[in-house]
Amino acid sequence: MAAVTYDHVVKRYTADVTVVKDFNVEVKDKEFMVLVGPSGCGKSTALRMLAGLETITEGQIRIGDRVVNNVAAKDRDIAMVFQSYALYPHMSVFDNMAFPLQMKKLAKSDIEKRVNNASRILGLDNFLQRKPRALSGGQRQRVALGRAIVRDPQVFLLDEPLSNLDAKLRGQTRIELQKLHNDLETTFIYVTHDQVEAMTMGDRIAIMNAGILQQVGTPDDIYDHPANLFVAGFIGTPTMSFIPVTMQNGTAKASGFEVRLPKPVNSAKGTLGFRPEAVTDRPSEEATLDMKVDVVERLGSDQFLYGQVGADTVTARVDPRLKVAVGDQVKLGLDTRGLHLFDAETEKALL
Amino acid sequence: MSVMAQERIEAPTWSARWITDRLSGVALHVAVIGLTIAWVVPTLGLFVSSFRHLTDISNTGWWTALSPPFTFTLENYSKVLAQNNLGTSFLNSVMITIPATIIPAALAAFAAYAFSWMKFWGRDILFLALVGLLAVPLQLTFIPVLKMFNSVGLSGTFLGIWLAHTGYGLPFAIYLLANFFRSLPTDLFESAEMDGASTLTVFFRIVLPLSVPAIASLVIFQFLWIWNDFLVALIYLGGTPEVAPMTVTVANLVNSLGSGYHLLTAAAFLSMIVPLIVFFSLQRFFVRGILAGSVKG
Repeated sequence: MAAVTYDHVVKRYTADVTVVKDFNVEVKDKEFMVLVGPSGCGKSTALRMLAGLETITEGQIRIGDRVVNNVAAKDRDIAMVFQSYALYPHMSVFDNMAFPLQMKKLAKSDIEKRVNNASRILGLDNFLQRKPRALSGGQRQRVALGRAIVRDPQVFLLDEPLSNLDAKLRGQTRIELQKLHNDLETTFIYVTHDQVEAMTMGDRIAIMNAGILQQVGTPDDIYDHPANLFVAGFIGTPTMSFIPVTMQNGTAKASGFEVRLPKPVNSAKGTLGFRPEAVTDRPSEEATLDMKVDVVERLGSDQFLYGQVGADTVTARVDPRLKVAVGDQVKLGLDTRGLHLFDAETEKALL
Repeated sequence: MSVMAQERIEAPTWSARWITDRLSGVALHVAVIGLTIAWVVPTLGLFVSSFRHLTDISNTGWWTALSPPFTFTLENYSKVLAQNNLGTSFLNSVMITIPATIIPAALAAFAAYAFSWMKFWGRDILFLALVGLLAVPLQLTFIPVLKMFNSVGLSGTFLGIWLAHTGYGLPFAIYLLANFFRSLPTDLFESAEMDGASTLTVFFRIVLPLSVPAIASLVIFQFLWIWNDFLVALIYLGGTPEVAPMTVTVANLVNSLGSGYHLLTAAAFLSMIVPLIVFFSLQRFFVRGILAGSVKG
């Protein structure tokens, strides 16, 4: 149980290869923090620096009040779950979980107590004598978690722990991990490239791209108020529609429609963004979009329409009972409460 | 992570693929059976001949002994063991081979671990030099090494030949094991590091248990090469009966006996039996060791 602070952290491999640039995040005690971003964005490197598997080029990482830059991995009092689980293939489940405790030279009875406790939490009681190869993917994943739990660390690090599971199991494990976080009352730092995992699990989310931290905030905050174009496009499925516009007298003009902005903006050119749920079959007083439908996606509870408005591509979410065919011309209302505007050059949010 | 066994779809009967499948199966079986026969027949011939009288051996083929009247004898074995120091040579061979297998295998395991998972200055250059040593013909080393052995009194001793075989075996042993160790997943080492395992703990508790197949195949290679070695033993030990291994003694047998090859059959079979036992008892690991790295498990 400890807070983790990244203070102007930089990771540079060579003079011109910098994978993490000026990274500043404060993870609060007992928080579930998710680091998310596309592959190669530096999120794993950020985690590995905290774990002690990579050196820190510049800046400081603190666990609690302790600067850990020069502390060996084993002395940082943290545990990590690897993407591949990294179970020792020749050891039984029990030995896999006991290994870190044996390294700490704990008493045998204490080790047994801790392993049994962890295996009860994770439902591994009946598998303690099995080798990892005799377990399913989900069970292996739980052994990896167990190996972290037995150590009772101050911080849990999880590096894409669900990406080797099939879709259904992933959903279940997501919920189990959240329960585990509640039960253990420990700081979790979770790395993923999957924005759904980030949105559903994180108390807060830190979004990275190209080694640079883009935004830190609660899932709602990030969804409703993306700080820039990248965050807006990364979070949410289907993705936000982006339309180049020019501004005149508080009105944004696109190729196929015009919309009055909710508040004046000091910029002549920009990118207008709105999520599919802002474009519906309910008529709107502010703006009406005339869409030529290219693709219809029916999901049962939702119906998404992809099509052209003027020269721009727009995604809309309409009533699933509405009958729409490809090639139809439909009139859609735009809800301006869900409107975003990004600067054409800096890509920063203006609204 | 988990590799599902792909279910093989059976082709319809008499289709072109069905026929090729059958034929390739047949061809495989013919090849395997053929190779087995080619190996078993001479071995069996030698084995049977070693129990026959001199006159029988020179007059009829070994297969005639398999039908009555049976006239087997143990005389060849008793003679060759009693008269030609074969018993001593057998023990000598064991005395030479076992330490000369274990020493390089143990040293190589440590060295290979360092080469594959520890960072130190000049590691890659040292490893390249080691690979270069694989190409040095061992005959080149005879004169300088023998000179050195003579000056320190190592020639003609078991310690001398253990050292010689260790030197000749190490480059290949390190190379083989380092390649295997490198194929172990990085995550295992990082996980162990975070768990607080020291370098030696990682080596003994993780690397070694996972490398049993590779080490077993190395042991077989090294054991067979030393057991069958003639040249190195002759150079460094000399031909004196007290220290000569089987290979040297059997060769002397041919010189001294000339036409007495009924004794040679017994001697040859005795020298064969140990490598066979080693090979068959470790062949399970051997096959896995050879495949190691080529197939990700």
